[in-house]
Amino acid sequence: MQWKPITAALLLSASTGQVVADEFRVQVEIPALQVAEYHRPYVAIWIETDKGRHQQDLALWYDLELADNEGTKWLKDLRQWWRRSGRQLEFPVDGLSGATRPVGTHAVSLAADAPQLAQLPAGQYRLVVEAVREVGGRELIRLPFQWPITTVQQQQAQGKHELGRVALALTP
Amino acid sequence: MNIKRLSACALLALGMGTAMTAQAHRAWMLPSATVLSGENTWVTVDGAVSNSLFYFEHFPLRLKQLEVLSPTGAAVETQNMAEGRYRSVFDVELKEEGTYTLQIHRQGAFARYTLEGESKRWSGPVDKVSEIPSQASDVKVSEIDSRMQVFVTKGAPTDETFKPSGQGIELVPVTHPNDLVTGEPVHFKFLVDGQPAQGLPLVLIRDGIRYRDQVGEIELTTDAEGAVEVTFTEPGMYWVEAELEQPSQKIEGAPRRLSYSATLEVLPL
Repeated sequence: MQWKPITAALLLSASTGQVVADEFRVQVEIPALQVAEYHRPYVAIWIETDKGRHQQDLALWYDLELADNEGTKWLKDLRQWWRRSGRQLEFPVDGLSGATRPVGTHAVSLAADAPQLAQLPAGQYRLVVEAVREVGGRELIRLPFQWPITTVQQQQAQGKHELGRVALALTP
Repeated sequence: MNIKRLSACALLALGMGTAMTAQAHRAWMLPSATVLSGENTWVTVDGAVSNSLFYFEHFPLRLKQLEVLSPTGAAVETQNMAEGRYRSVFDVELKEEGTYTLQIHRQGAFARYTLEGESKRWSGPVDKVSEIPSQASDVKVSEIDSRMQVFVTKGAPTDETFKPSGQGIELVPVTHPNDLVTGEPVHFKFLVDGQPAQGLPLVLIRDGIRYRDQVGEIELTTDAEGAVEVTFTEPGMYWVEAELEQPSQKIEGAPRRLSYSATLEVLPL
C-alpha cells in the first residue's frame, strides 16, 4: 500500500483546518438525517490513482476518544478504505485520525507542498470520500483531479444517503 | 460505530437481552428454520444483541426468561442452551404439529441513579422500586414491557399460541407469521394492552445488512384498528420492531416503555 509513514510532526503541521495555504481543499457535508437512532458517520478521505490504486490517506474521522481504542472496532465498515489502507495501519494515526464530525460542512485543506501531496507523481487521480454510519448505511463518492495543479479545478458531487455535497477545489 | 457504553454496561449488569435507551442495540433471536416438515424435527436458535442484522458482534442474548410454547400451549424444554462471547444458542425439538412460539417477555422497572458520585443502574419488579436508595440523586425510573418472539411451524400453521394476554405490545396474526411469501400482501394487527394499537410505528429490516450499502428499512404505521399491510419483494429473515412510550400507571411520574420485536421469515414464492 502507498501509505507513507511520515513523521507525526510533519503530518500534524498539515492537519485539517489549520493550514496556511489551501491549494487542495476538500469539503465534505455530513447531512442531517431523519432517523430514530442517529450516530455521526465514520469518514475516510483518500487519494487513489485513476486506476483505483490507493495513494495517500488524507483524513479519518472516527470515535477515537473511546476507552481501549474501542472505536476502531468499526473501522472495517469503511470497507474500501479498510481494504486499501486501513488494515495496514495502527491506530490512532497521528495527523490522520480525527473525531467524528457533526452535521454540517467540514473542510480538509492542504498546501500543495504538504507531505501527503508533495510526493504524488504527476497524473490523473481521484479523491475518494467514504462514509459509514452505525445502524445506518454506507456511501462512497469519487472526484477526479489532475496533479500537479496547473489550473483551477473544481469538482463536486451530491451524496444521496450518508454524504451531502462533496467538493474538491484545486487552486494553483 | 459509536458504542453505547452506558447501555452496554446496563446489559452486562442486568443480564438483560435488550437495552432500555432510545439508542439501543438490536436484540434478536434467529431460528434455523421457521417452516418444517417430517419426523425428528428440530430448530436451533441463535440469540444476540448487535447493531447489524443478523450478525454476532456485541453481546449474547440472555435467555433466562426464554419460554417456548408448543402448538397446544404446553411449555417446551429447550436443549443444549449455551452462551458464547457474542451469541447464545438453544435447540427445540418440535414434537407436536403446528406453530411454536419462542419468546422473551420482560416486565418490570429499570432505573439509573447517582449515588456517592457514581452512576448506578437497577432493575427489578415494579413493586420493588423502593429498593433504590433514598439518598440517590438523578433517579430516572422507567417501567418496562418488552416482548421478543419467534415463530416456527411443523406441518400446517396453527393459531393456538396467539391468544392475546392483554399485556404490552402483541402481534395478532391476520396473515400467519409462518406463512409469509414474497409478492402476497401480509396483514398483521397489533395490540397494546389488549386494545388496537393505533398509529404504532413499525420498522422491518431484512437480514444481510453487511452485504448492502443501505439498510433499507421498511417503515409502517398501524391504522385505527392497529392493522398494517405490507407486501415483501425480497425473501429473507426480517426483524420487526415497534416501540412505544406512555406514562406509567404503576410508577408515579415515570415513563412506561413498551417494545415488541420478532424475527419473521419471508420465503420466495
